[in-house]
Amino acid sequence: MYNAKVRGVLIEGGKTYQDITRDVLRPLDTGKTPLWWWIASFFASAMLVWGVWGFYNTIVNGIGTWGLNNSVSWGWAIINFVWWIGIGHAGTAFSIFLLVLHQRWRTSINRAAEAMTIFAVMAAGMFPLIHMGRIWNGFFIMPYPNTRGPLWDNFNSPLFWDVVAISTYLTASFLFWYVGMMPDFATIREKTTSAIKKKVYGILSFGWLGSARGWLRFETAALLMGGLTAPLVVSVHSIVAMDFAAGVLPGWHSTIFPPFFVIGAIFSGFSMVLTLMIIVRKVYKYEDYVTKGHLDAIARILTFISLIMGVAYITEAFIAWYSDSPYEMYVFFKNRITGPYAFEFWAMISCNAIIPQLFWFKKIRKNITIVFIISIFINIGMWFERFVIVVTSLSKTWLPATWHTYHPTITEIAIYVGTLGFFFLGILLFLRLLPVMAISELKGILKETSSVKKINENESK
Amino acid sequence: MEKKYWQSFENYKKIRKEQASGNEAAPEFSVEGLDESELKGKSSRRDFLKMMGFSVSAVALVSSCQMPVRKAIPLLNRPQELVPGVANYYASTFFDGNEYCSILVKTRESRPIKIEGNELSPISQRATTAKVQASVLNLYDDARLKGPLKGGNKTSWKTIDQEIAAKLNELKTSNKEVILMTSTLISPSTRKLIGDFANMYPALKWVQYDPVSMSAIRKANELNFGKALIPFYHFEHAEVMVGFNADFLGTWLMPTTFSKQFSKGRKIKDGQKTMSRLYQFETNMSLTGSNADYRYPIKPSEESAVLLKLYNVLAEKVGATTYPGSTVNTDVNQVAKDLLKAKGRSLVVSGTNDLNIQLIVNAINSLLGNYGKSIDLSRPVNLKQGLEKEMMAALSDIEAGKVGGMLFYNVNPAYDCVHVDRFVKAMEKVPLKVSFAETIDETAALCDYVCPDNNYLESWNDAEPVKDYFSITQPVIRPVFNTRQFQDNLLIWMNNGVSFADYLENYWKTTYFPKQKKYESFDKFWFTCKQEGVFQSETDPEKLTSFKGQNLKAEKPLKNGLELALYEKISMGNGKFANNPWLQELPDPVSTATWDNYICVPPLYADKEGLKQEDVLKINGKIELPVLIQPGQAEGTVGIAIGYGRTEAGKVGNGVGKNVYELINTVTGFKNLLGTSVKIEKTSKTYPLALTQTHHVMEGRPIVRETVLGSFIKNSASGNEEHEEFLKNENFSLYPEPKFDAFQWGLSIDLNSCTGCSNCLISCQAENNVAVVGKEQVKLGRIMHWIRVDRYYSEIAENPEVFHMPVMCQQCDNAPCENVCPVAATTHSDEGLNQMAYNRCIGTRYCMNNCPYKVRRFNWYEYVNNNSFDYNMNSELGKMVLNPDVTVRQRGVVEKCTFCVQRIQEKKLAAKSENRELRDGEIKTACQQSCPTDAIQFGNLLDKESRVSKSNETKRMYHLLESLHTLPSTSYLTKVRNKEA
Repeated sequence: MYNAKVRGVLIEGGKTYQDITRDVLRPLDTGKTPLWWWIASFFASAMLVWGVWGFYNTIVNGIGTWGLNNSVSWGWAIINFVWWIGIGHAGTAFSIFLLVLHQRWRTSINRAAEAMTIFAVMAAGMFPLIHMGRIWNGFFIMPYPNTRGPLWDNFNSPLFWDVVAISTYLTASFLFWYVGMMPDFATIREKTTSAIKKKVYGILSFGWLGSARGWLRFETAALLMGGLTAPLVVSVHSIVAMDFAAGVLPGWHSTIFPPFFVIGAIFSGFSMVLTLMIIVRKVYKYEDYVTKGHLDAIARILTFISLIMGVAYITEAFIAWYSDSPYEMYVFFKNRITGPYAFEFWAMISCNAIIPQLFWFKKIRKNITIVFIISIFINIGMWFERFVIVVTSLSKTWLPATWHTYHPTITEIAIYVGTLGFFFLGILLFLRLLPVMAISELKGILKETSSVKKINENESK
Repeated sequence: MEKKYWQSFENYKKIRKEQASGNEAAPEFSVEGLDESELKGKSSRRDFLKMMGFSVSAVALVSSCQMPVRKAIPLLNRPQELVPGVANYYASTFFDGNEYCSILVKTRESRPIKIEGNELSPISQRATTAKVQASVLNLYDDARLKGPLKGGNKTSWKTIDQEIAAKLNELKTSNKEVILMTSTLISPSTRKLIGDFANMYPALKWVQYDPVSMSAIRKANELNFGKALIPFYHFEHAEVMVGFNADFLGTWLMPTTFSKQFSKGRKIKDGQKTMSRLYQFETNMSLTGSNADYRYPIKPSEESAVLLKLYNVLAEKVGATTYPGSTVNTDVNQVAKDLLKAKGRSLVVSGTNDLNIQLIVNAINSLLGNYGKSIDLSRPVNLKQGLEKEMMAALSDIEAGKVGGMLFYNVNPAYDCVHVDRFVKAMEKVPLKVSFAETIDETAALCDYVCPDNNYLESWNDAEPVKDYFSITQPVIRPVFNTRQFQDNLLIWMNNGVSFADYLENYWKTTYFPKQKKYESFDKFWFTCKQEGVFQSETDPEKLTSFKGQNLKAEKPLKNGLELALYEKISMGNGKFANNPWLQELPDPVSTATWDNYICVPPLYADKEGLKQEDVLKINGKIELPVLIQPGQAEGTVGIAIGYGRTEAGKVGNGVGKNVYELINTVTGFKNLLGTSVKIEKTSKTYPLALTQTHHVMEGRPIVRETVLGSFIKNSASGNEEHEEFLKNENFSLYPEPKFDAFQWGLSIDLNSCTGCSNCLISCQAENNVAVVGKEQVKLGRIMHWIRVDRYYSEIAENPEVFHMPVMCQQCDNAPCENVCPVAATTHSDEGLNQMAYNRCIGTRYCMNNCPYKVRRFNWYEYVNNNSFDYNMNSELGKMVLNPDVTVRQRGVVEKCTFCVQRIQEKKLAAKSENRELRDGEIKTACQQSCPTDAIQFGNLLDKESRVSKSNETKRMYHLLESLHTLPSTSYLTKVRNKEA
């Protein structure tokens, strides 16, 4: 089924099938949890606990504990929501787009990217909940049969579709991720020496036997699910974009938003993948699987997307000027490019549109440290992009008498840090308990894309 | 049975094992979910215990969550006039010693919840001020005294009566005097009663004391006309009005009356060629100044010179005596020209309490022939009767130890006296000190006895604000606490034996009943007076000598130094109502500041001295106040509001702002708010100010649309070109145009009439249970008012034009808020209202973001029963003011203006039960009802004859942000300034 052209060496170090199994399972099967894991988990948990305090403070005392006001009614919560959703795009974009496009280099990265998606979307999902003034009535947002008329949701509201899109996306991503892991669970079941692990992974593998029929079904299922989930990648962030584009505010009311948001999401997702994979390959010594070639490929994609982002920013500003609307002009030219939020705006421009252009240089693409730093910049830049969209537009809308500034409070920061803690804890558990790379898929590309000579040598042994 | 194939030996063994143990055999029959015992229809002991355990814990759980029992006792004997759910209105009178207003009190289930203006009053004419609106909350103030106090401890009225009567009798025989210090009293019966009391206690000396005095006007009129009085001004008869530091639309003398009068000359119809013109010369940017067509910032020391210059210019033209003046730069030629054109149809007033200035003002008005036309000397105003010299004499008497007793009624000199330190010290020498304060105040705290007065809503009284115009105060609720009216105290101490209610009735029977011919029996007369609240007796004009000129002279303007101009804020006034959270949180219509006083500093000076907003300055090395940069503040001056810095007002008012009464200028013997020279020095401190508005210019957007009279005469649509442009465009929408069957409620706001007085804010707050959120929340931009009055400055900071624009929910027919709510909590009614279902709201705040007018308010915290928001909604007493027709909102929901839907519903039901059509004007929204200038019209837009439809027909009509195609039901009429181009 996979007929992609060979794209150079994807797995280095002359790995054999056994090597792959051993390498991927090594972190799962070591008896002792390494110290760095405990330290990292401790920090992540501490962040999570602080976040729980933020949640508690918000729910018990009210949204008043945030820095919002009558004019700027959305702030960090929505910024972070969009940011997380954006990051949550990486896994699906990676796995599904590249799967559908038969890009085989995805195999060593897609599993981790999918895991990232799951945790990022879960982190994102917390924000619309905690953001509600009356979270205890949050179930109103579900269209369920009721005795109030029945009273249905407002199907015109993008916010309602947000709920639908995100929950669908989370479910689909989770299934895709899980199904992909089933053969690997079976591998662990077979390989592990611990009785408990055998049992647990056995159950998780749903009794995968590795029969030819099983593989056929598996691959079909993967491709089908990929095909079905691919539109979700576009829809989720398009609908998030509608939250803004459907608004009348200058700076929000823009038809460019859905594609702009989707591209931005992929941008931030890929950069987060880059950040995480650089760490993982270092810690788990996976340099042979996640090769410099992989990082180079991601960097090239980021360069391209960065150009699109730049064009989008310029287009927005151009349209604001071209519209000749004083309101739009004010927001763009006096409240973004200049004005009190100029720092945030220029941070966004430099992190997203300028700094990634360094990837044009091969030397930079090959320097892992610089690649890592740039990936962090993109993550920050994408956060600022959401800040610029949400806050600058709300703070200066139509009537100057209503203009107001916004500053986050400690509670909002705590909630954000809490979701970061949640995300990192999730990733850490994933690293510790689940196969980080798709063993079966790596094996699938081993013959065609590894240093062929060495494989033959190994086989002849 | 199905054959089983084994796959491995393990598998084979397993199958064997299962077969051996018999597990494999299926039961004879199987019912899912039921276990053996149930199938057999028996219950085991185990089941019994399970059931019992469950029942016991369930019962325990349910009983522990029991709701408190609330007992409702039916009215076996329904009080007369009381129908539960139906409001009763009683005519009454508001007078706080300073401001007069004839009112209707709305009561629900016998408790007063709202004040409306009395339409029948020829003086206040249905208008109210913010203070009047907010006064209903004073009735439910936690700081009110619950009973009489002796030496700070509770005591009984019996003890009070015995001890005070004994002490008064003691003082009768000694040669010491007893001073009764009251505010200005406009109640004829009370004045009579005090006379009676003084007859009994000849040592009694009655002093009327006003914290803010207008005695110079009385004195000037005494010199000019032979009688000390304040005339009744008629701004409606003036085509040209010139004000000198007189904030007659805000705080000066009778702002309700004057606003109404002023607005009559400002109503303008399409094609109309004339409109009144207002010149304002002033130091601070006052509300009146912000409504002026021409405004000249002047220093207090320049005022007399400018006035004299104006007088001389006029005198030269008409050939009267001129007087040597001082040179000032202010150009008065245009004013003079206009005044001469409008002789007898003009009016010059000054709010400065300075004899020279008032004499010049009188001379100018006399030159212009305004007496008998726009100034009515035959009907003097009885407000502001306090004279400084009486107070000063009293003070030196106390200091000399000549005073044996002090009785304080409705005054608080220990707070608002200029010589407050002297006064407090002198008080130690007085053996008997009695206060009749409603709440403990600074003066009552010094007194031996406090005999708490009833709130005015619990009292009988009468008033004569203007000669021959009377009104009645009647109780609308039984005294909430063990309090007694001041007048009743006097009657009891006189051993008179009648209550003041009877005394009052008797007084009216003997005094006013004979002065009318309409009613034959007194009962009928008295009933009508109580029902209508007002009475006008046959006129008996004041006899005066003709104008006698005085020598006029002008002060020499100071070149250097800073001059101070104190002023009263619309909300706080002289500080009497400092414990009223509604008033504390009312944004000043000009500075938009709440909860504080501050130093208004002119922008140029601030630039020069490097002062920033909120920097703390020290005045005369003593009082520290923050800076507020006030465009329009005269160069070389600073302004500070009085009425702040109370120390004994109550939990809300204590420590808000600083007391600056000591900075009043007393050089000439008159208490003048203006003209004290001050030194200010910068400190390193800053102090946060809670302003509701942080951006002050319109950025060239067509928000408040304006034109000048000249252009308006040529084209009624001038200034409103955007609207014509908008009408030309074909507005295409994917959604069908909304259609309405019977009603489409609409509101129209005439920006030319609206003065920005902010009265509607409090009216709305009282009507709609709007929460008070406190200074910090206001500073964070979370004020809850459903209406706000946006204030914009034109771009010239030194002397800007000012625009006031009330903005409430525009009830858009194509509402951006409605289609974004995910749970459909805000929807459109079939009467064109944008309605809010608080129950359904989950607080996503999407609607707030998407509202271009930003009129939606979110309950950021629980504002009810929350100790962090310790205002009226956190007290059992304070909550009595809540309107039972309006939901009190919970934390986490969005709220906004509803066009007073409860009032719409009430009148619709009334019309239905009477089987008739709803009449136009029958429904009045709270903002509309309280508006002193009738700037707001409300009605059915489908009825082409309704006032609101008529008002929308004018070419001045536009909708705010109409280019967004939100199709608002609220419309605005352009502002027309009467100035040259």
